[in-house]
Amino acid sequence: MTPANAKPHVNRNHLLQLLQSMIRIRRFEEKCAELYTLEKIRGFLHLYIGEEAIAVGCNEALQPEDALICTYREHGHALARGIPMAAVMAEMYGKITGCSHGRGGSMHLFDKTTRFYGGNAIVAGGLPLAVGLALADKLQQRNRVTACFFGEGAAAEGEFHESLNLAALWQLPVLFVCENNLYAMGTALNISESEQDIHRKAQSYKIDAETVDGMNVVAVEQAARNACDSIRRDGGPHFLECRTYRFRAHSMFDSQLYRNKAEIQAWQEKGPILQLIKWLREYQQFTDAELETIEQSVEEEINKAVAAAESADFEAITSLSQNVYSEGKP
Amino acid sequence: MTQASERTTMSYREAVQEALREALHSDPRVFLMGEDVGHYGGCYGVSKGLLDEFGEQRIRDTPLSESGFVGAGVGAALGGMRPIVEVMTVNFSLLALDQIVNNAATIRHMSGGQFSVPLVIRMATGAGRQLAAQHSHSLECWYAHVPGLKVLAPATIADARYMLGMALLDPDPVVIFEHVMLYNLEALLPQENERLPTDKAALRREGSDITLITYGGSLPKVLAAAEQLALSDINAEVLDLRCLRPLDTTSIVRSISKTHHALIVDEGWRTGSLAGEISAIIMEQAFWELDAPVARVCSKEVPIPYPKHLEEAALPQLDEIVSTAKQLLGTP
Repeated sequence: MTPANAKPHVNRNHLLQLLQSMIRIRRFEEKCAELYTLEKIRGFLHLYIGEEAIAVGCNEALQPEDALICTYREHGHALARGIPMAAVMAEMYGKITGCSHGRGGSMHLFDKTTRFYGGNAIVAGGLPLAVGLALADKLQQRNRVTACFFGEGAAAEGEFHESLNLAALWQLPVLFVCENNLYAMGTALNISESEQDIHRKAQSYKIDAETVDGMNVVAVEQAARNACDSIRRDGGPHFLECRTYRFRAHSMFDSQLYRNKAEIQAWQEKGPILQLIKWLREYQQFTDAELETIEQSVEEEINKAVAAAESADFEAITSLSQNVYSEGKP
Repeated sequence: MTQASERTTMSYREAVQEALREALHSDPRVFLMGEDVGHYGGCYGVSKGLLDEFGEQRIRDTPLSESGFVGAGVGAALGGMRPIVEVMTVNFSLLALDQIVNNAATIRHMSGGQFSVPLVIRMATGAGRQLAAQHSHSLECWYAHVPGLKVLAPATIADARYMLGMALLDPDPVVIFEHVMLYNLEALLPQENERLPTDKAALRREGSDITLITYGGSLPKVLAAAEQLALSDINAEVLDLRCLRPLDTTSIVRSISKTHHALIVDEGWRTGSLAGEISAIIMEQAFWELDAPVARVCSKEVPIPYPKHLEEAALPQLDEIVSTAKQLLGTP
């Protein structure tokens, strides 16, 4: 699907908004990588660079009352969902103003206001949670969607299959979004799965499933809208396999011995931001000045977020044991 | 339903069922989910009849997907429900360890206190039914190791009847262990106002010479041992831990300070056991109260064997409890 035939949400302003949203995530993460080398951010840092179209496109189909379950590569989803950038950046720093109050870090972004149920760093560990959230909605007769994001590596885990079966068996309103970037850390899909069309696994559980060009934000948005419409209408789950590629290393410790530069280069040339800019230039008289405006506004927001994170406090060590259990007795 | 004013004799199994029935009646957010809880009536018969009474939405049979349905319990709790998830045995719960340890126990903390997981997980534990090495283990200790979880071991009819309801009021995940040898136990149910808070140990027998510390399925054996010791003029105190995380160290120390002797009876394997942890607590907090080293009677370090005589030999038994207590006190 190209932007030209993806109606009805293709209008110039909407496309610019999608572009801005993707650039915002891209520049935020580039800044994070820089801050990592400066040792401001520690631990694992998994960049989403190259895959932004999926979080941005899917978010367009979600309502405020819907829920999200994500993986350890979730900065893009958090930003797209509307968790303030300053709170996400502060979480990277481990500061008390972070969206998880500093306790989670890059892999465990949480936010109650936007029903963002984490950053889960166990591959496929979030899928059963999505099933449960959707079950709670169904039992309480709330017409809401739980969007569950995971990589193709999750398809090798038992929890993936158990969750797909439960969601289909109980007809639960889950939008499963497989972000197939072809590598589970350094293990290529073709050396780890007998069936490499991940959506076919979902189909075997009688779940409506399809593949989507994960590099085309408009295609992702359209597929997600259709999927969410059907979930809200019929109640049952839907499965999107978004074909994408991670441009950066798995984490900051990865020297990428498992793939070659030509492959990365080829995917970068069809990157979601590049693709959309090209199209806008060709069909919508998109100008360099407009791009510059977007870049400037994003840069400003990032600078503010970094400054706020820098000046925020770390949690006092005296509160170390907080939030292991609820305060007070039941 | 049992009225608080009545005194009834019931089995441990019936007590758990009454607790489930009461919970389902009193809170529409409560539902029971697990393998064979519905049409089969529960592997140990605990939920027999509840499907007819409450319907398929609330008495929910699951496929054999421990990680999937325990995780769904975590998610449903996050979504505002009060799920009770039954796992057939503690051995099967190992298939759901990821969800219990990595999600249920961590989400409050990782989210900086934004989300809580008010989930109750019930599971059968322990040996004695010749079910061999994949259905008989006592792994309470593993769960008691994990911050973020609360771990209960009801060993009496009253605790079987009342602990579940109290666990459901807890905003954090609670794991309840029901020992398989207790299900047929029968006793008079105390009145509801006599129920104890979940996080306190209970003195099941007062004594002055030695404290026998135990929990769960070992309690009846330990009480019988105390009676036998009484024939030798040894007055044993029996402390039932009830809550394995957090441990009621105050009650442990108080009792040791009175009897100056401690014997811990634990169906878990000795190495890395709860008995070891309790022993360490006594060393740290009541060392100067002791007149003799702490002693332990635990399961032997073998997977639980099938034949009856070997299974019995692997588990803490009355004779060994009595002889160890006597040895500890230096009496013949």
